Amino acid sequence: MPSRTLIRAGFLTFALTLQVLLGVVPAHAADDAAVQATLVQLRDADFDGKAELVETLAASNHPRLAPILKALYDSRLYYQEENNRTVIGLNDAAEITIEDAVTGAALGAVSKRSLDRITANNRLRSLIENRLASLGLASADSQQRKAAVEAFMRNPDPSGAAPLRERLAVETDGGIKESLTLALALADLASDDATVRATAATALGGQMQTEIRGRLTRVAADDSDANVREAAKSALSRTEFRLQLLGWAETLFFGLSLGSVLILAAIGLAVTFGVMGVINMAHGELMMLGAYTTWLTQQWLPVNWSLPVAVPLAFLVTALVGIAIERGIIRFLYGRPLETLLATFGVSLILQQAVRSIFSPLNRSVAAPDWMSGTILLGPLEVTLNRLVIVGFCIAVFALLWLALQRTRLGLEVRAVAQNRAMARAMGVRSARVDALTFGLGSGIAGVAGVALSQLTNVGPNLGQSYIVDSFMVVVFGGVGNLWGTMVAGLSLGVANKLLEPWTGAVLAKIVVLVFLILFIQKRPRGLFPQRGRAAEV
Amino acid sequence: MRFPRWLLSDRTGLVLLAVLMIIGIGVPALNLLVPPDHPLHLTAYTVTLLGKYLCYALLAVSIDLVWGYMGILSLGHAAFFTLGGYCFGMYMMRQIGTRGVYGDPVLPDFMVFLNWKDLPWYWHSFDMFWFAALMVMVVPGLLAFIFGWFAFRSRVSGVYLSIITQALTYALMLAFFRNEMGFGGNNGLTDFKDILGYSIHADETRIVLFVLSALALAGGYLACRWLVSTRMGRVLVAIRDSEDRTRFLGYRVEQVKTLVFTFSAMLAGVAGALYVPQVGIINPGEFAPLNSIEAVIWVAVGGRGTLVGAVVGAVLVNYSKSWLTAALPEVWLFALGGLFVAVTLLLPYGLIGLLRRRRETAS
Repeated sequence: MPSRTLIRAGFLTFALTLQVLLGVVPAHAADDAAVQATLVQLRDADFDGKAELVETLAASNHPRLAPILKALYDSRLYYQEENNRTVIGLNDAAEITIEDAVTGAALGAVSKRSLDRITANNRLRSLIENRLASLGLASADSQQRKAAVEAFMRNPDPSGAAPLRERLAVETDGGIKESLTLALALADLASDDATVRATAATALGGQMQTEIRGRLTRVAADDSDANVREAAKSALSRTEFRLQLLGWAETLFFGLSLGSVLILAAIGLAVTFGVMGVINMAHGELMMLGAYTTWLTQQWLPVNWSLPVAVPLAFLVTALVGIAIERGIIRFLYGRPLETLLATFGVSLILQQAVRSIFSPLNRSVAAPDWMSGTILLGPLEVTLNRLVIVGFCIAVFALLWLALQRTRLGLEVRAVAQNRAMARAMGVRSARVDALTFGLGSGIAGVAGVALSQLTNVGPNLGQSYIVDSFMVVVFGGVGNLWGTMVAGLSLGVANKLLEPWTGAVLAKIVVLVFLILFIQKRPRGLFPQRGRAAEV
Repeated sequence: MRFPRWLLSDRTGLVLLAVLMIIGIGVPALNLLVPPDHPLHLTAYTVTLLGKYLCYALLAVSIDLVWGYMGILSLGHAAFFTLGGYCFGMYMMRQIGTRGVYGDPVLPDFMVFLNWKDLPWYWHSFDMFWFAALMVMVVPGLLAFIFGWFAFRSRVSGVYLSIITQALTYALMLAFFRNEMGFGGNNGLTDFKDILGYSIHADETRIVLFVLSALALAGGYLACRWLVSTRMGRVLVAIRDSEDRTRFLGYRVEQVKTLVFTFSAMLAGVAGALYVPQVGIINPGEFAPLNSIEAVIWVAVGGRGTLVGAVVGAVLVNYSKSWLTAALPEVWLFALGGLFVAVTLLLPYGLIGLLRRRRETAS
């Protein structure tokens, strides 16, 4: 497994740097000649002999121990016949630059053919890794001590456990103490004493690292002692339980993140459909425009700065397009919802084809800024940062929209027109202007949702189509004219989708949710939170 | 022979039937009797293309019945059309027999490919023509009945109904894309060989299919025209214009709606069944919500609530589509989108409405 080897190599480099930089290994001990003598023997020894020699070296506590072991691990340790000494190759060319293994003195470049490579096999390498880990335990840097313990856990050879026990006695860092205990328990699993093995197995219950689970599974199956097998089994079942909990938490998070996407997509619709009673089939295409705006900003600005610029820009662009649609088409069709539906569907086709003609029918890839890529740990849960940001973004958009509707003059007018158009007009509200602005607001939010979507999926002319049915479903499920309903509906549909997925697969989960919604609307035609009173009569 | 009054008073309808009769006889004649090098000769390709338009026209008529007369804007009618198509496609798949790539006497190729051992239960009996022909109407009808029964009883109407019909066809599309459904997944059903022993590639079979499509359209039109001229037809219009009032007058609105919706779905199923052998393939893409909405716009272009308008609109729009997608593919969606906007804003009663208004102002 190359990745595994890479990790090991990475750790060893770490350990090496630490030895050299911090000089933690006491610089006394056996003299150079003794070490050189041991090294020379390496050349002719078989692998068992080499293992013994490595043990001898490890016992010597020589300051160059780490680089030597590391070189042997990497097969960079050579025997130079003409000077009867061992050297470390610093590169792998035909003219190889070498340094003396024991003193570290630079020796210039020599022909590779004048050197004999000292080979290592995997067993030898794991022994070296283990011994190097013990060396790292003495580091003053807690990160490096942690790395050393983790390296030991990958390769828990009981013979190397002594330094861990010593370290455990003096360790002050709680986290490392815990890992040390686990590492020792892992080593104890190989003990000859069945009671020790059983105790160790019990101590390892509930730990989720793959190494520990693998070892426990093997012990539960193969151990000669029934008690130990039992202990390992019950430990494993505790692990399983914790894993299951973690799985649920993960599903919940995925559901929340899908739900936030749905909310973002649906919330603009909730404004236009809910407040104005207008079916805007071009809503998906407005999201697509927002996504393309993001892509365009990235052509001009560095990726890390583009998103904060893209959000207001997308809002502006799509809000203007929305106002144009309202002024140009929808205002002639008020009171005829089915016709509005068809006309806006026509608009959606035109927008799709326009984007296809202008930007090409191919998908555009929108880059993720650095601060949105990677993963972070929420407790034991590893979450991708972009999904977390989108959940937060959704909350922010929702809060802003809510404030806009509840706390601003425009919001007041919007609600007034939604509740009773004639009365609002009589009170001096310019309803035509309010309609245009409301539609602009809803469309602008679609654009902002598009910015978020561009971080999750490919940006292409068909982006909007895939969300339009879903977002209508969210609005209808939540109850028209009710922002909180939209929120609850979006979240519950997202979570339901993700909960179903493991059993049924993604597509079937979607179908099940759709069928559920179709049935739900039969039962409650006005959604989860219906508007009450006269306003509900369309 | 005396024509019933409902037919005699329907002058545009008589024109439509006459036109259908003329092309029903004329097109086969131009294909079979006129020698291939004569300029008036119609190729088998053209005949099939015209047959396709007639199938679309029948779908449009079925939509006009529910939308134009009953006020239900179904955005999922293509689902019934496609289901009918799948039923007939299943019959034709079973007819392939050992001539498939894998030569399995019972299993269609895609099932052999997926390592299926037995025919799923719902594929049984589809080797019999009469059964498939029945299912072409029963399956869409049943779905429409169940869907309508629930939806209309709980008084889902207006845009809500439009949206859930759209969700219905969308869900069906997703479902049929799955290989596990046993309908050929992504590729759908294709590679058909023959119907009742006649090769579907033969010109004669194509002519027969064309004539059958013309007959089906004429029959569908007559059935709908008759339906809307009966007492029940008046109730339909009453429901469209004021559902609550109709209910208060004592009519069982949901029963009427369910009945007519089911009938309309069966018509759409027949249209789909005639469509599939002519185009030679049926796949889940036909369920796409866009198809249903496109069919609605045919009706709107021709004029809703006229039945004849649906036929005119379907043929006109599809003819322009064939022409534009070949000549200027970039422009087609612009044109279609523009059509949606223009028709709803400027032509609320469609082309037929325009003609009628002309006539009224003239007289």
